[in-house]
Amino acid sequence: MADLAVDFAGIRSPNPFWLASAPPTNSGDQVMRAFDAGWGGAVWKTLGNPIVNVSGRLGSIDHGAQRMMGLNNIELITDRPLDVNFKEITEVKKRYPNHAVIVSLMVESRDEWIDIIKRSEDTGADGLELNFGCPHGMCERGMGSAVGQEPDVLEELVKWVMDAANIPVIAKLTPNISDVRDPAMAAVRAKADAVSLVNTFQSLIGVDLDRLTPLPRVDAASSHGGYCGPAIKPIALRMVGQLGREEAFTLPISGIGGISNWRDAAEFIALGAGTVQVCTAVMHYGYRIVDDMIEGLNDYLDEKGMAGVSDLVGAAVPAFKEWGDLDLNFHVVAEIDAEKCIGCDLCHVACHDGAHQCIHLPDTQDQGIRVPWVDEPECVGCNLCALVCPVVDCITMVEKRRAPEPETWNDRVAAGRGQIPGGLADLK
Amino acid sequence: MFESARCIYCFDAPCIKSCPTSIDIPTFIRKIGTGNLRGSARTILKANLLGDSCARVCPVEVLCESTCVFNDSERPPIPIGRLQRYAMQHGFASDLLPKADPTGHSIGLVGGGPASLACAGTLALLGHSPVIYEKDAWPGGLNATGVAPYKLKLEDNLDEVEYIRSLGVEIKTGVEIGVDIAAEDLLGKHKALFLGVGLGADSTLGVHGAEGDDVVGAVQWIRRLKTDPTLAIDGVMHAVIVGGGNTAIDAMRELIGLGVPFVSMVYRRSRDEMSGYDHELSPALQDGVSLVENAAVAEIQRENGKVTGVHIVETDPNGKPTETDLGILPADLVVMAIGQGKLADLVKQFRGVGLTAKGNVVVDDLMVTGNPRIFAGGDAINGGKEVVNAVHDGQVAARSIDELLRRSDHG
Repeated sequence: MADLAVDFAGIRSPNPFWLASAPPTNSGDQVMRAFDAGWGGAVWKTLGNPIVNVSGRLGSIDHGAQRMMGLNNIELITDRPLDVNFKEITEVKKRYPNHAVIVSLMVESRDEWIDIIKRSEDTGADGLELNFGCPHGMCERGMGSAVGQEPDVLEELVKWVMDAANIPVIAKLTPNISDVRDPAMAAVRAKADAVSLVNTFQSLIGVDLDRLTPLPRVDAASSHGGYCGPAIKPIALRMVGQLGREEAFTLPISGIGGISNWRDAAEFIALGAGTVQVCTAVMHYGYRIVDDMIEGLNDYLDEKGMAGVSDLVGAAVPAFKEWGDLDLNFHVVAEIDAEKCIGCDLCHVACHDGAHQCIHLPDTQDQGIRVPWVDEPECVGCNLCALVCPVVDCITMVEKRRAPEPETWNDRVAAGRGQIPGGLADLK
Repeated sequence: MFESARCIYCFDAPCIKSCPTSIDIPTFIRKIGTGNLRGSARTILKANLLGDSCARVCPVEVLCESTCVFNDSERPPIPIGRLQRYAMQHGFASDLLPKADPTGHSIGLVGGGPASLACAGTLALLGHSPVIYEKDAWPGGLNATGVAPYKLKLEDNLDEVEYIRSLGVEIKTGVEIGVDIAAEDLLGKHKALFLGVGLGADSTLGVHGAEGDDVVGAVQWIRRLKTDPTLAIDGVMHAVIVGGGNTAIDAMRELIGLGVPFVSMVYRRSRDEMSGYDHELSPALQDGVSLVENAAVAEIQRENGKVTGVHIVETDPNGKPTETDLGILPADLVVMAIGQGKLADLVKQFRGVGLTAKGNVVVDDLMVTGNPRIFAGGDAINGGKEVVNAVHDGQVAARSIDELLRRSDHG
């Protein structure tokens, strides 16, 4: 049995699975039910001065039969009184002393920050998360991503917090920025204990084509929101990996963004996350999904001979490279298993119209299925056919190296072979 | 919507190849998924003007759905028939297909069944002026009166006929060739003719007792079921169906549905040799029908004129009756589903139109008969197949007729 317990910047948690600050962590009742289900920690729905919310808050996109592949929200921070929240956090911490309870915060002035930090610490909470990520509503008032998008402001604010706080502080970053390393390094300079990323992406989920109003509809209008769910996972993963491999960046990372199962979690951890936070998948299926996450990660670590989560943290970071460092002599070609092929010929049309025209259909009048064939010398190894094939393991990409020795683009440039014939210099 | 999302939108899709009218199935399914229901119905109609009734009566289990690639990957096939019905119910409008400018050419069509309707509708869209002559009081042919109502109701078929009419097709009902109008006169009146005459009356058995009340032909009985509100089967305890084709199964399933307590089916060969579809027969057997295989009717017994039983004997491997007695099946209604006769006498009135030895009209690939101005399709040429085959024939004939007329315009 692998050890799933983690110590994240001084915050102890029975496992790396935390609920992100969002509707699933809105109340004590919810958080306690989540802990009963197996969640190791919860970042409480962001506290701050009271707001009012609109009705019509969520919108989503489906993909085929899969509902809610991407979720968009225009809900703001907590709409419950602060004293009620603090009372419930205290109660939760009393009943669940070994679980991680992190209080997410968002206020404006330095005095407000100092005040709310003290009150949060009085609940017995294990840590604080500073919401510098919310990309809708609150940012119009100078909070949330308005801070996260200005590294200098973020640095200043984190310094205020670090001066006042006695428990670990996590700065939550917005992805709505050109280079996430800028705010992350600001957090390092301000001596934050950790960062979490990503918060949601600014988004407009759709347009009601009958009413010609954007969605989600609030009477006759809408506003942009924050986008999350499985659709954003690859973008979030890249941002986490970018910090994971940045030498100058030394803080623990809590990974967030479309994590729905143990595999997603393991991928974030392998790229440098010490804990992961989940929201959309729980909003879709409930707290119960953590059961699979715990089992799956445990079995995976056992299978890989890893004693605990820390063995996996950042394990894939060394292999996350710049394009110029990839081996150009690595080559794969598509191989179609005729026994498994069901004759949908999607690989053929995809290759012909969307790739490199190397998968052809046999010229036959036979009414039976037509198994496509690969013109191997023409195959560039792009993988598209294997991606569109609906049959498991029918198309495999077989390794056929171009040369035994690796050679990267940067190697070529260094060796003076960066000029490829056919460029501007060769035009008459 | 959910089912439409399962379709993987095959390139070179086998379902299209197995549809006699080559409906672009993956495309109409994809359009359901995008909410483009009018476009979905348009895709269906472009290939098959009777796409609505075909969605109800097509044996998809042996046609399109049987070739779905999912059958090869241990997944249930896409329910194409159901999706087509959905698209036609929710996306249909009478103005979906474009209509060519009028050509002024008049074409006569004999018979008002699916082959003629498809042919006439296609001709109308091509700008011609088709006129259908139907001897019955209802247009629609077997689609109206011959398909068991559990599959296709009379009203639904009449809606489809109205659609064809709306395309610019004139339908004259109650007109019999050779009685109300001579074949020669039709040829004189129209530039071309299409014979979609179907088949004749139910065949009968030449055994003792077969003539008289309580012994009915299956097609005729289903017709009464669909059109005659006075038809009553009160008091029928035992019904016996003779035959092993799909008409026999249709009649049988209706009798069960009507609550006849004991229904049995007598077929002269084995179940494996039946032309009726197993996917239709199996549920009937589950409903309690008893199937008597390898048996033939030797005599229908009567008391005071009323049928009381069917005397059956064993058959040999060729389906011929032997001397081996199998006893008496109690019966108070006997339904004969042993085929339909041919309308040779009707067809012979048209000069140059040839018949095979079995009585089917001879046509080439373009549905041209021995007379270059006369075309034919449907049951009349194939001896009795599916509605979708008739639609295919009618549409092919329409394009051939169009070709002929345009050539003559330029000739």
